[in-house]
Amino acid sequence: MSNEFNLQNCGNLASTIRRHVLRMTHRKGSHIGSCYSIVDLIAVLYGNSLRVDPNQPKWPGRDRFILSKGHGCAALYAALAERGFFPLAWLDTFYENGAHLPSHATHWGVPGVEASTGSLGHGLALACGMALAGKRGGSAYGVFALLSDGECDEGSTWEAALFAPHHQLDNLVAIVDYNKIQSLGRVTEVLDLEPFGAKWQSFGWGVREINGHDLAEIREALISVPFERDRPSCIIAHTVKGKGVSFMEDKLLWHYRAPNDEEFEKALLELGGSK
Amino acid sequence: MRPAFIRTLVELAQKDDRINLLVGDLGFGLVEPFVQQFPNQFTNVGVAEQNLTGIAAGMAMCGKIVFAYSIANFPTLRCLEHIRNDVCNHNADVKIVSVGGGLNYGALGVTHHTTEDVAVMRALPGMTVVAPGDPVETAFATHALAEHTGPAYMRLGKAGEPLVHDPDHVSFRLGKAITVRKGDDLTLIATGTMLYSAVKVADRLSQEGINARVLSMHTIKPLDDEAVLAAAKETRAILTLEEHSILGGLGSAVAELLAESCESRVAFKRLGIPNAFIREVGNQDYLKDFYSLNVEGILKAAVVVMDTVRARQ
Repeated sequence: MSNEFNLQNCGNLASTIRRHVLRMTHRKGSHIGSCYSIVDLIAVLYGNSLRVDPNQPKWPGRDRFILSKGHGCAALYAALAERGFFPLAWLDTFYENGAHLPSHATHWGVPGVEASTGSLGHGLALACGMALAGKRGGSAYGVFALLSDGECDEGSTWEAALFAPHHQLDNLVAIVDYNKIQSLGRVTEVLDLEPFGAKWQSFGWGVREINGHDLAEIREALISVPFERDRPSCIIAHTVKGKGVSFMEDKLLWHYRAPNDEEFEKALLELGGSK
Repeated sequence: MRPAFIRTLVELAQKDDRINLLVGDLGFGLVEPFVQQFPNQFTNVGVAEQNLTGIAAGMAMCGKIVFAYSIANFPTLRCLEHIRNDVCNHNADVKIVSVGGGLNYGALGVTHHTTEDVAVMRALPGMTVVAPGDPVETAFATHALAEHTGPAYMRLGKAGEPLVHDPDHVSFRLGKAITVRKGDDLTLIATGTMLYSAVKVADRLSQEGINARVLSMHTIKPLDDEAVLAAAKETRAILTLEEHSILGGLGSAVAELLAESCESRVAFKRLGIPNAFIREVGNQDYLKDFYSLNVEGILKAAVVVMDTVRARQ
């Protein structure tokens, strides 16, 4: 894939992923709201930024992407299938008995998934290890970990946040999907993270806050890393849970709810597709 | 056992730059030779065992062979889910090493009593569990684990453990028990720090005309089924010896095997630490005496078992 940025292509990829996710979570699985907040980030990563090769998923020089918020895996699976890592038909069997794709990210038998995730607070440490190994092996790959805001409640996330700047892991990028809703309520009500950017900064990260649905802004951030010399980069992506479907946007319910037939039709109409 | 471990790791690192040592801010007076010679293969991650485990897994997933070192329960129970999901589920080449298995840190109190680690590590899919019985086994085990692909847990004593083996006359293979004493009356199956006592007990029993076989079960998982079943067939009683809770460790592993085999009628006794927090204050020897995990205690248990066997006949 050409690394030349094409806004329209990334936009199309994002729309396609949203429609896939809708079909995948129709009457099953869900976490659709958590997928929709990261779709635009995933579309730019897999449509433009990541140096990965669907024909050689284990190519040693590849960039590593870890979906630390493994519950958003429908969006990742859709992007990987669109990029040709595995057949698109697999998406139709998401969450089904005897199929390939469970509803938290698995690397077993799924080309392109770097790490199995689902329990929160694991991805950033894995990413630190990969980044450190890259430095020690003289490899130029980048490591990208996409975190939820909720998993920034986990102490292990902050253990890794302390580690990366100390070891000058400037090949590491943490992207936080800051949709401001976690499992049981708004982040401000459950366990407030603010001042969030200042926390990462004070830990020693180069920090940039962006609109996580503005493709050009996402791309601009991703090509600007490391934001500061010898420091890991943190992109705080301000996002909206359920982004793209009016009745799902900013609603806790869509962390859990799988769209029924009526909701599916309505959402599909809004997403402009028949796919 | 600690010195044997680090000496061997230095040798390994000289030959293979994939070998990395990660520590959770522990290893004073131990890791220095490694750090000096291989600064680029060493990382102190700080007092953060979840991170230690995740980083170790991430490095291993990018081609490194990582020894993740700490003491007591810190690198196992503290970060258990990270071991399960990050290390084991990815079949990552991470070798968790804990110094002070059992009651080594006796007088430091309950937090430092490492008495359930084997049970818990044994339950994890893909995890190899090793508890060497002396410094010689420690060196062999360190070598073997570096060559072994996949996750492992190695439980060590501290320092000053007596030698049981002559390094030139012992053959070590992961998953294969070492027969330290031959015998056909009863079998003492020992793991880790109990091995030396087992040999002493065998010596004492022989004075009383009882021939005790001693097996060093340095690898608890995978268990050497063959050696256990042979002992069940060829001797009249089996005692398992471990500085660990009697739940879930060596004794349980042997019991599980025997119960499902046709050798289940062999007299059998697990010796270990009761499933309770230890409220007594004292060092390793004191606590082992308290729980009769000493030569006299094992001897007594062996005699009782043999009496039972004779009474059955």
